[in-house]
Amino acid sequence: MIRLPFLLFFSAVLFSAGIYGVLARRNAVLVLMSIELMLNAVNVNLVAFGSFLQDAALTGQVFALFVITVAAAEVGIGLAIVILIYRNRETINVDEVNLLRW
Amino acid sequence: MVGAQEVTGAIADPGLTSLAWIVVLLPLVSFFLITFFGKRLPAGGAWIGIGAMALCLAISLGILLHFVQGGEASEASVSWFRIGPLEFELGQLVDGLTAVMLVVVTLVSLCVQVYSLGYMHGDARFTWFYAVLSLFTGAMLDVVVANNLFQLLVGWELMGISSYLLIGHWWEEKENSNAAIKAFITTRVGDVPFMFGIFVLTVAAGTSNIGRISEVAETGEASTLLITAGALLLFGGAIGKSAQVPLHVWLPDAMAGPTPVSALIHAATMVAAGVYLVGRMFTVFVHAGDVALDTVAIVASVTMLIAALLAMIQDDIKRVLAYSTVSQLAYMVAGLSLGEAGYTPGLFHLFTHAFFKALLFLAAGSVIHAAHTNNMSEMGGLRKMMPLTFVTFSIGSAALSGIPPLAGFWSKDEIISTAFREGNYFVWAIALVTAILTAFYMMRVVLLTFFGAYRGHGHPHESPPSMTGPLALLAGLSVVVGFLGAPQLNAVFADWVHFGEEAHAEPFSYGFAAVSIIGALLGLLVGYRLYRGWRERDPVRRLGPFYTLLERKYYLDDVYLKGIVRPLQYPIPRAVDWTNQRVLDGAVNAAAWATKKLSLGVDVVDKRAVDGAVNGVAFGAGATGGLLRYIQSGNVQRYAVFLFVGVAILAIAITRF
Amino acid sequence: MSSQEIAFVIIAGAGSLGAIRLVTSKNVVHAALYLVVALASVAAVYLILAAEFLAWVQVLIYVGAIVVLLLFSLMLTKAPIGRETLDNQQRGMALLVAVGILGGLVYLFQDAFGASSELNPQATRTVDVGVSIFRDFVLPFEVVSVLLLAALVGAVVIARKDEWAEQTGRGADLGARGGTERAG
Repeated sequence: MIRLPFLLFFSAVLFSAGIYGVLARRNAVLVLMSIELMLNAVNVNLVAFGSFLQDAALTGQVFALFVITVAAAEVGIGLAIVILIYRNRETINVDEVNLLRW
Repeated sequence: MVGAQEVTGAIADPGLTSLAWIVVLLPLVSFFLITFFGKRLPAGGAWIGIGAMALCLAISLGILLHFVQGGEASEASVSWFRIGPLEFELGQLVDGLTAVMLVVVTLVSLCVQVYSLGYMHGDARFTWFYAVLSLFTGAMLDVVVANNLFQLLVGWELMGISSYLLIGHWWEEKENSNAAIKAFITTRVGDVPFMFGIFVLTVAAGTSNIGRISEVAETGEASTLLITAGALLLFGGAIGKSAQVPLHVWLPDAMAGPTPVSALIHAATMVAAGVYLVGRMFTVFVHAGDVALDTVAIVASVTMLIAALLAMIQDDIKRVLAYSTVSQLAYMVAGLSLGEAGYTPGLFHLFTHAFFKALLFLAAGSVIHAAHTNNMSEMGGLRKMMPLTFVTFSIGSAALSGIPPLAGFWSKDEIISTAFREGNYFVWAIALVTAILTAFYMMRVVLLTFFGAYRGHGHPHESPPSMTGPLALLAGLSVVVGFLGAPQLNAVFADWVHFGEEAHAEPFSYGFAAVSIIGALLGLLVGYRLYRGWRERDPVRRLGPFYTLLERKYYLDDVYLKGIVRPLQYPIPRAVDWTNQRVLDGAVNAAAWATKKLSLGVDVVDKRAVDGAVNGVAFGAGATGGLLRYIQSGNVQRYAVFLFVGVAILAIAITRF
Repeated sequence: MSSQEIAFVIIAGAGSLGAIRLVTSKNVVHAALYLVVALASVAAVYLILAAEFLAWVQVLIYVGAIVVLLLFSLMLTKAPIGRETLDNQQRGMALLVAVGILGGLVYLFQDAFGASSELNPQATRTVDVGVSIFRDFVLPFEVVSVLLLAALVGAVVIARKDEWAEQTGRGADLGARGGTERAG
């Protein structure tokens, strides 16, 4: 037996830490890591609610799997972009990448 | 419904009109084909685009034939999606106006694509260029065919993005990518009211179907206020796309794109869309309050004149043409603003202008291709080296100046005389003055470019047949299309495109025609006298301070840049920084000082307290500035802060209320 | 507190600590290792929730693949070390937003699920997950597979050397640094 709020609070902590990381880190790779953290927080919630609702179709777990897949794709593309930016501008600090500013 | 004719003995058979959707789809399919397979194909897939466009042109001609034979308008749609009570369709509305526009767009696009074979030869992104050309044309065709405003909006925005891609085609130069961004953002400024106009009319009519909205406006089912608001907001979109004052600033800069793109933007797509929109939604404008058409008339008149003045002083040949486009678009809009009588003349000018403006741009491109410069001060004497380009360009110029019997004369004269007949002397006078100016600056361009001695370097020579071929075709059309609207020849154009049930051709008045012709000749004569020989100092410079005003484009760009863009970019953060350093530190120091001196006496304390208050106010200003600064910093993470805060507020609002 | 809850609190404590150190550490490589801690604790939480398959997927994909990928890109981009180079100037505001959202979430969760809600995890067999995916979620599964393919192709296209720019000389301003680097 485990109480649901425990899980939810844990995911809230992970999510907030992720938000802090996204907002406060300059290094693009660290920002990507923080985004992974937020996605994991969502997954914890999905699985927790799936278990809580006793869903026969295991929707929560299946969606967590999908989220993991999408996250993997996102990291792949994200890192490719980071490498490209580094190659062109020799920096991956997100606050220095502002060419699109008019 | 606009253009839904009930011709007696009409042909019930829809003919080829039911195929209009294919005309829209083909360029989009060719966009994907070229994007994915173009590089592996010979000639970079250009032939896919050209082939698709030729097919589109064939179908469009078939559709036009249907209307030539007196066929009826048709409408067909499938359900797209529903939101609550609102149902959205995906459909086509084909009437005379649609048919004419289909032919114009596909024909010009075909010419441009064939021409680009030569002009863009060897370009690094040749394939991509052709792909986006197809997308651009497809988007415009969607706007033309759409039977509802949301579908129209999709094409409208697709055009926005493809114009961005094409203007910035040579984005390696920062200037070009800036021009692309400017075009995109400036037209977007107009798109916002446009979107709200769609919302207003959709709410008023309960559907976004254009025919239904027109009915509602006509029968007065919706309040006039709502219809007026809708009309004005829609016109906002037309101002942006058709480059009317005050959003005309993007069009001259859009010359940074390859010349075929300029031809396409200026003749067939993009800027034509705004005028077409007004024509398509004309019932709404006519039945809206007077303020709607009055606003349209004023904007058009102002645009017409100031753009023509700007065209006089440009050295860049493409910029002259760009400003002349702005001015001619204003002609069309002014024609429409005259009410029901101005409907056919306005759209007829759109029709004829497409041919000779495409011709002028492609000819100018041919000149630029040969002389490797845009500046007329480095051209001159090209008539012997590029005879075909010279002849076609002259035909285009004469057509634009309104010399009979070329295309421009018929449509322009119709607008001018209609303005006089409708009693709108303001529009009439300005249109006449603009006609003189137009003739003047076109004469200037022709003389500076093709006459005198060659002032540039290198050896210009005539362009390849893939470029001159379209020129010859368009020149021929520029000569003949005017007769479609000639009253002496039954004004067949009015049979295809007219407002209301019955086509009523305006009587032709030789008096008005004489005035127009004299005006045009006057402009040409003045231009000839002034520019017969080349001088180092351009005669228009004698205008003195007025010249400076024109050269600075009425300071509009500066106003936009310094009044809107920069404050959001640098000075606010800098001011905040300054206040932070001076005022904040000052406040802290003053407070410490005040504490230290507290024992020294009440009067001193008094002074310091006053100081503190002053500093407090300054601090308040600084803090406000600091808050403002966060709005536009160009820092992604700053924007992310807003994102998260916004999401949090939304989440709380949704769960709590 | 049941034994499950005690185990959970320990794991969640470790995971939260890892997450917080991840976003505050001064060394990028340490940050990546803390990410491993956080991700592994999430995997352990899945185990507590009896989602066995998911837990191993988490370990394989996240800890095994994604973290390695992140470490590689840290290596390739020569990330510097130190607070000033890793953090930007809006730390305070970021903290405020993060704490605000944490508070809001905790409040909402407590409000909605504080009273009710015990859950007794039933062991889920991997075969059940498989049946669910291939019976109820076939279409999303296919869509995700297409997405993965697109991401794969996209990553290759984005990150490979821009030979076309070198050949034509176009894109010189953007590719210049990379070009000289490769040339030298």
